Amino acid sequence: MIGFEVETIIAILLGVARGATPLVFAAIGELITEKAGVLNLGVEGMMLVGAVGGFIAVVATGSPTVGFIAAMLAGALLSALFAVLVLFLHTNQVASGLALTIFGVGVSAFFGLKYIGTPIKGLQAIDIPGLSDIPIVGPLLFGHDIMVYAAFVLVAVTAWFLNKSRWGMILRAVGESHHAAHAIGYPVVLIRFCAILFGGAMCGLAGAYISLIYTPMWAENMTAGRGWIALALVVFATWKPGRALIGAYLFGGVTILQLNVQSLGLDVSGHLMNMLPYIATILVLVLISRDETKIRLNAPACLGKPFRADG
Amino acid sequence: MGKLKAVLAAATLALGATAAQAEQTKIGFVYVSPIGDAGYTYQHDLGRKAIEEEFGDKIKVSFVESVAEGPDSERVIMNYAKNGYDMVFATSFGYMNPTLKVAKKFPKVAFEHATGYKRAKNVNTYVARFYEGRYLAGLVAGKMTTSNVIGYVAAFPIPEVVRGINAFTRGIREVNKDAQVRVIWTNSWFDPGKEREAADTLIGQGADVLNMHADSPATIQAAADAGVYAIGYNSDLSKFGPKAQLTSTVTNWAPYYVKRVTEVLEGKWEGNQDTWDGLKEGMVEMAPFNDAVPQDVRDLVEKAKQDIIAGTLHPFAGPINDNEGKERVAAGTTMTDGDLLGFNWYVEGVVGKLPN
Repeated sequence: MIGFEVETIIAILLGVARGATPLVFAAIGELITEKAGVLNLGVEGMMLVGAVGGFIAVVATGSPTVGFIAAMLAGALLSALFAVLVLFLHTNQVASGLALTIFGVGVSAFFGLKYIGTPIKGLQAIDIPGLSDIPIVGPLLFGHDIMVYAAFVLVAVTAWFLNKSRWGMILRAVGESHHAAHAIGYPVVLIRFCAILFGGAMCGLAGAYISLIYTPMWAENMTAGRGWIALALVVFATWKPGRALIGAYLFGGVTILQLNVQSLGLDVSGHLMNMLPYIATILVLVLISRDETKIRLNAPACLGKPFRADG
Repeated sequence: MGKLKAVLAAATLALGATAAQAEQTKIGFVYVSPIGDAGYTYQHDLGRKAIEEEFGDKIKVSFVESVAEGPDSERVIMNYAKNGYDMVFATSFGYMNPTLKVAKKFPKVAFEHATGYKRAKNVNTYVARFYEGRYLAGLVAGKMTTSNVIGYVAAFPIPEVVRGINAFTRGIREVNKDAQVRVIWTNSWFDPGKEREAADTLIGQGADVLNMHADSPATIQAAADAGVYAIGYNSDLSKFGPKAQLTSTVTNWAPYYVKRVTEVLEGKWEGNQDTWDGLKEGMVEMAPFNDAVPQDVRDLVEKAKQDIIAGTLHPFAGPINDNEGKERVAAGTTMTDGDLLGFNWYVEGVVGKLPN
């Protein structure tokens, strides 16, 4: 078949990793937040704020490291606003989350206005002499930028944290039954606050991946709906970090595959191909939902419910 | 920064209001996106600056950026008309119906709408013959490719975009019969991530020159990272890939804006006119060539440009076959503007089938 040589396949796989990485960060952040019992629909807004925050920091300092730290701070700052609203003022989480997205879109556009069209030097793939030059395996294992690897590490650490660590258990307890956790003496509000901040920081990082590495520039609304996909991935993964990683790569894979099919000129409707990733998501959601226990076993029981200590 | 300046300028004017200013002709611009420093709105803003330069104190110019198409734009356009503006430039396709609606209520205000097709007694439309520049870009791409695979990242399969792909391909095939154009549709005017993925995919399939019809410079960046060539659109995008960008199809609205404002100032402005200008009038220009483009290619492009201006060369002069080998335009005939406005097939050299 034309075009599908080894180089093409390697290029496709590298593209999949780049497309999946921001989704992994955002999904893991949201997963932790939800495991603590808070539903934050503001992922898209936090990603955008992270994207613009990271971009401004890189323009100012030239250092990608500073950029990623600034992005995490920006994302966490926005999520802190959400935390105050839902944890202390007991606002509705769905409405507050949606408002956070709208706010994030606007505030990022405002601060980013001066930076539209400013070029920066994107972070390049790390190049390990010797290793990256091994045919096929070299570029696939060692040809990515550092954040691709960081995403894998994050997934492993998150899985360990939730399942094996004491603090992970406490976090889950808070998400399963906040009253029980409160009765035992855990600071429910504080733990949720931290979980929300972590979620915000990871979403900020996801946004910065897009504005600093993927397409090194700032443009209004540049995340283009990836925050919503990350939200869907959390349910898709039934709140398991490993599955979120698989889901993100699956999603990235289908996206890249449809682009390849198009440019090879195969007679397949572009619109239909564009729908594929979303159809895949819905299909998996339906399959999972058929088995009710699977959702019940994994979904945090207190997800989206406000907590009052006296309640 | 631009916004701050505009606010300061407005404040200064308000403070120093004199009799002279009451006689100023007031002109408003409505932009669909932020001005930034590259892209579609940026080019329109250069036109605005050109009329300020040209007419100085005789006119008072203001603009509103990031105005969403639809009801929001109607409010902004209405506001200009209500506040005594004499002329309004609505610079995006989706402002068409709002502009007509407001125009009906304010028959004395001169309206100029970019890229639309509905006119009225006090509404003109204008658009650039981008395809002439695309054809020239095709000559460059056809000469510069070594893999003979050329990629095109495109937004929506509408006639305007298809026309660009076809003109580009006609240019390529004029100088290189073996080259083919592969197209990826992103189905979005603006999604940098997707444009990047599309560009990377085309490069992965062997494309060594890319062109694009979308609003972000992601394609140029992808080419720069992969060490291949790309062609820009709307603005000179060389700063996103100084070595990658071969040239760019740039729109220059300044001559048109100066002409129309002059008419308003002289009381000679008339509505119901449609303007479709190209290389000849200077509405379409090519950005400076990359150093990598050899002199003979530059000469070739310059000659083709002069021929198009002279009217002896038309990118869509027959014979033209579609990409299934069927003759669509006979030898000796040229596609009319009407044909061009409804383009819904690929010319020979484009791979694949047009989504419908």
